[in-house]
Amino acid sequence: MKLTKLAIVTAMAATVGTTSALADLVFPSLSYRTGPYAAGGIPFADGYADYFTLLNERDGGINGVQARVLECETAYNTQKGVECYESTKGEGSLVYQPLSTGITYQLIPKATADGIPVHSMGYGRTSAANGKVFSHVFNYPGTYWDAASIIVNHILEENGGDINGKKIALVYHNSAYGKEPIRTLEELSKKHGYELSLVPVDHPGQEQKSQWLQIRRDRPDYVLMWGWGVMNQVAVKEAANIRFPMENFIGVWWSGSENDVVPAGEGANGYKAVTFHGVGSDFPIFEDIQKHVVDKGKAAGAGDQIGTVLYNRGLYAAMLAAEAARAAQEIHNTKEITPAQMRDGMEALKIDSARLEELGLGGFGPEINVSCENHGGPGLGAIAQWNATDGTWSLINEFGPADREIIDPLIMEDSTAFAAENNIPERCS
Amino acid sequence: MVLQARGHGVSPDFLNFIETVLNGLMSGVMYSLVALGFVLIFKASGIFNFAQGVMALFAALTLVGLQTGQVPFAHLINAILGTDIHHWGPGLPTVLAILVTMLVMIALAFLIEKVVLKHLVNQEPIILFMATIGLAYFLEGMGDLMWGADVKALDVGLPSGGSFWWEDVTRAWAPEGADYFGMYIDTLDVSAAIIAVVLVVALTLFSQYTATGRALRAVADDHQAALSVGISLRSIWVIVWSIAGFVALVAGIMWGAKSGVQFSLSLIALKALPVLILGGFTSIPGAIVGGLIIGVGEKLAEAYVGPIVGGAVENWFAYMVALAFLLFRPQGLYGEKIIERI
Repeated sequence: MKLTKLAIVTAMAATVGTTSALADLVFPSLSYRTGPYAAGGIPFADGYADYFTLLNERDGGINGVQARVLECETAYNTQKGVECYESTKGEGSLVYQPLSTGITYQLIPKATADGIPVHSMGYGRTSAANGKVFSHVFNYPGTYWDAASIIVNHILEENGGDINGKKIALVYHNSAYGKEPIRTLEELSKKHGYELSLVPVDHPGQEQKSQWLQIRRDRPDYVLMWGWGVMNQVAVKEAANIRFPMENFIGVWWSGSENDVVPAGEGANGYKAVTFHGVGSDFPIFEDIQKHVVDKGKAAGAGDQIGTVLYNRGLYAAMLAAEAARAAQEIHNTKEITPAQMRDGMEALKIDSARLEELGLGGFGPEINVSCENHGGPGLGAIAQWNATDGTWSLINEFGPADREIIDPLIMEDSTAFAAENNIPERCS
Repeated sequence: MVLQARGHGVSPDFLNFIETVLNGLMSGVMYSLVALGFVLIFKASGIFNFAQGVMALFAALTLVGLQTGQVPFAHLINAILGTDIHHWGPGLPTVLAILVTMLVMIALAFLIEKVVLKHLVNQEPIILFMATIGLAYFLEGMGDLMWGADVKALDVGLPSGGSFWWEDVTRAWAPEGADYFGMYIDTLDVSAAIIAVVLVVALTLFSQYTATGRALRAVADDHQAALSVGISLRSIWVIVWSIAGFVALVAGIMWGAKSGVQFSLSLIALKALPVLILGGFTSIPGAIVGGLIIGVGEKLAEAYVGPIVGGAVENWFAYMVALAFLLFRPQGLYGEKIIERI
């Protein structure tokens, strides 16, 4: 009898536990707060977590359902990232932010098979922007190829639309990530007539003397950078050392945080980076974060990263995930959504300027429009510039488009080849 | 200057070659600074100290923390006590901060001896090696807890950036009208070279002319014989780890000034490995000469082989050179030849 009672109580407890777990909207965070890249991983993870804490504290969750951030430490290691995915996917995880191109590549087949969406925001496999082929992978609001094109557009703008004969060097991390923009830059060089030189840097990039000697001898008009971690800091410092004009040195969005410029001091003044979101903390949402998260002692970190580039990026990623969850709730008329429904929400994600204002993020990013066919979003970006005296980044132009005439055929070519190799039927028809 | 006065000039290509060699030598000195720490510990105790790179990181973190007046463990204290403290004041002047950091490294050496090495006397080298792996992870975590993981700028007042003077001097060596901008040399690298020379001379004088230095050499030559004449192995270990801590601090300062102080700094150990293979694990001059050869070799390879094979050849080229040496001289350039009689 006692055993029966115990069994009933246990079963009830299990049911309550399960119901409670299902009631939460689970957002896993594959973070890296340790290891050589921790300086970049911590602010992103803090921003991601703090946004959901804000929604829980201020709004009671997303449409009344509490959001639960499930953090798992990857140390930016692909194997650990996959282990994190495997250990958290059973918790009802709605969408994964792998936060590493290596982890993303590993998760593309796994998550697709499991029916869980992956949001590699501004990284990962660029051709995943083709939703007809990549059913569960999203990389909105922009891709590396968009970034390359937006930078070239900025250079065109600075040169009155004519860069024929100009010399542009690409300093890149000698990895799949670093090589991503090469094809796009080559195609753009055919179109605009600039001369492209490639300068690879081996991991981790602590020693770049040879590369910068070469740049000093070649005297390119512009240097672009696709780096991460210590490679960025050393490159900015070396560029300052050889007195390369910093306003002509432009990095991708993973080469444009405070971490990358602070070690070079005044020498980094004028350095630029492309970005797909706003900079600084002059947005109403940060007051709410201070009031509802930091002041209540519920901040994910020490509260000292708020407003930094990577904190803002984590916050932006969380906002996009929360808005997609709202869209999914609306589409399926339920508050407790599944990963499959989350995918539908991501494919129907639309955020206009008015909605950004409502969220306290007016002007923080471009309008977002995702569809079944287009998982890459608007592909818009702006250029941010570093002011070493104030220690601040500021946007120096509006969010502008990439050259779709060049990029869309490249995405189509790569994704079609992937579909053929993996026998993936086209969807969205 | 003379050549220009005669109306001749040195070919810019040749000047570029010289520039590559010079910068290779300077980079080599930076690698040697890291390799020196490995050599000191291996020579005195036969331990390959996996934690040497992390010691450089830990020393640099401590130095910046003291310079900026950061409260150690601030995040932990705030999380536990609900306080909001980050800094205790404006920070220590650089010289004082370096001295205090050195004291911290000496205290660390005591702790390592007391907590780890003492319990592993007479164990196999692989056990001691594994212990240093554990030490590396411990120190990395401790550094994170104490000082945080953000990238920190390190400025100890050393000059950095290209030398204008050298550029002007060498520009005149090229023919008139040549598309040549003068040779580049980083003043920080020049400082590193001077510091490395002073360090090696000081270490040599210390080991040759002081009683402690002679004891160190005795232990390095034969542990058992040294013990039999009353030399305390444990004291020697503390001294050696303290000196290695000092070398780690110097390496941490020089590398930290280049890239900022951050957790990737521990990876500088990777740069020391080919140097050690080449120069030998037991020779201080070997660490210097090995560093110079690797530095020049990899820079020349990057400049002249890189363009043919697509670039980024430095890292593997350094290891290729080291491997080639292993084939012909397994003990390295200056390493002791191991002869075991059965």
